Amino acid sequence: MSIDKETINHVAHLARIELQPNELEKLSGELHAILGFIDKLSNLNVEQVKPASHILPISNVLREDQPHISLFPQKALENAPSKKGNFFSVPKIIE
Amino acid sequence: MDLNQLTAHELLAKLNSQETSLKAVMDSLYARIHKVEPKVNAYIRRQELKDFTGNSTSGFLKGLPITIKDNICTEGISTECCSKILQGFRPPYDATVIKKLKESGATIFPIKANMDEFAFGSSTENSYFGVTHNPWNLDCVPGGSSGGSAAAVANDEAIWALGSDTGGSIRQPASFCGVVGLKPTYGRVSRFGLIAFASSLDQIGPITKDVQDAAILMGIICGHDSKDSTSVNQGTPNYTKSLHGDIKGLKIGIPKEYFVEGMDAEVKVIIEEAIEKLKTLGATTKQVSLPHTDYAVAVYYIIATAEASSNLARFDGVQYGYRAQSDNLIQMYKSTRAEGFGQEAKRRIILGTFALSHGYYDAYYLRALKVRTLIKQDFDKVFQDFDCIVTPTSPTSAFKIGERVQDPLKMYLSDIYTISVNLAGIPAISVPCGFTKKGLPVGLQIMAKPFDEEMLFRVAHAFEQNTDWHKIKPKI
Repeated sequence: MSIDKETINHVAHLARIELQPNELEKLSGELHAILGFIDKLSNLNVEQVKPASHILPISNVLREDQPHISLFPQKALENAPSKKGNFFSVPKIIE
Repeated sequence: MDLNQLTAHELLAKLNSQETSLKAVMDSLYARIHKVEPKVNAYIRRQELKDFTGNSTSGFLKGLPITIKDNICTEGISTECCSKILQGFRPPYDATVIKKLKESGATIFPIKANMDEFAFGSSTENSYFGVTHNPWNLDCVPGGSSGGSAAAVANDEAIWALGSDTGGSIRQPASFCGVVGLKPTYGRVSRFGLIAFASSLDQIGPITKDVQDAAILMGIICGHDSKDSTSVNQGTPNYTKSLHGDIKGLKIGIPKEYFVEGMDAEVKVIIEEAIEKLKTLGATTKQVSLPHTDYAVAVYYIIATAEASSNLARFDGVQYGYRAQSDNLIQMYKSTRAEGFGQEAKRRIILGTFALSHGYYDAYYLRALKVRTLIKQDFDKVFQDFDCIVTPTSPTSAFKIGERVQDPLKMYLSDIYTISVNLAGIPAISVPCGFTKKGLPVGLQIMAKPFDEEMLFRVAHAFEQNTDWHKIKPKI
């Protein structure tokens, strides 16, 4: 399977990455080569095989529902590029 | 020998007998770092290395320093995954492995080890802080992504170190730098506080000067953690008990798929000699087959990039790190990520997003998960009859800086012998087993069944104690 530039632009939008025209050009060639290599998987018949979504035989791991102290807002906000009071601040999203 | 050249267990003996002091150990490390770092660049943010003021602690490690890869959270010490997008990030908490090390009396070294951005790479060339040079040949890469950790240990700029391994990122640089590197069983070591690359593959592990140090370090960092739902409750074995040197009668499998074209002829001879050595120590070897080996790299670059694309969604300029300025939220995300991520990170996020996107999910992601099952079954079958599997760690010794950067696919194929281990979730170790004619180290990889790290230590230690490769130091 191949990948055209329109698809790459769409995927980049989904991934929230702005691509420059020269990056798109370069990526197009590279992804083409990588997907060509990956296509070898279509040689295998996997119809009867179960997917290994997880490698350990454990599921639905829960811990006791006990209250404990977590990060205080001031500490959690220490790395914020922008903050107001006890909140992360972002550009306005409501017109 | 200078103190910085010793192993952790040798230094602990000297500290316990008061033959030396922690300050003397630190002074020797600092002197080494100041002398060689301008050429090697194993550490980032070197200017933050202030005079050591710490004290010996009550824990059994006596304050002995440990070097940490830049993707493991250390409270108050910058942790940036060698990416612009995490610029200036100082974690408000410690990773579980860091907490355990501190409880054992370790000093967390105040500057972090260089790595490929977000552990995306096999050469440490993708770091925002510049490439690390291989101490054995400064024109060569140290391997990656834990290249800084491996180069620092090999070059006696660190006593020992932690790395992380998603597709070979501990073992391959250990092999290229001539040190010991262990990827534990998936679930053996808590991933809490390890900045996630591919959550179903990532494991933290030791990079050390000898096998005994790796066994000591594993004993400290392993164990169940309620903060990591994939960590398994298997107790915390005393791994040093496996270091008795006896491997008589062990059955070792040699997978024929690992000895095919693409492998350097010199590496092949060195590995064959290492296998002969294991035989003279009393092990028996037999050829085995892991028939789906050829598909591992393809499976890996779907699963690892898919998981990475999801994990890296959190770097959006809101909670930490770099933010591009814009009045529009979506544009802020897009510009932040365009300016903050390097080329390899963008490539992997886009490939992973594609593999998960509508219309392609079944053809790529689901198919890859199914082939992952087949790869795991290959190992299960071999381990029914064999105690361990022995292979080269990498098809070549360290390659030249710049040689593979223009060809991502060629770079990905550097990990051809290490990737299957992560896909199957099993543990594996790389130990030094020789040098090429140009003086570059070669590593021997040993793999074992899940949670049988004892087997790795036993075989690796027996091999090491009957060879001298680990005693040879780079001359810088």
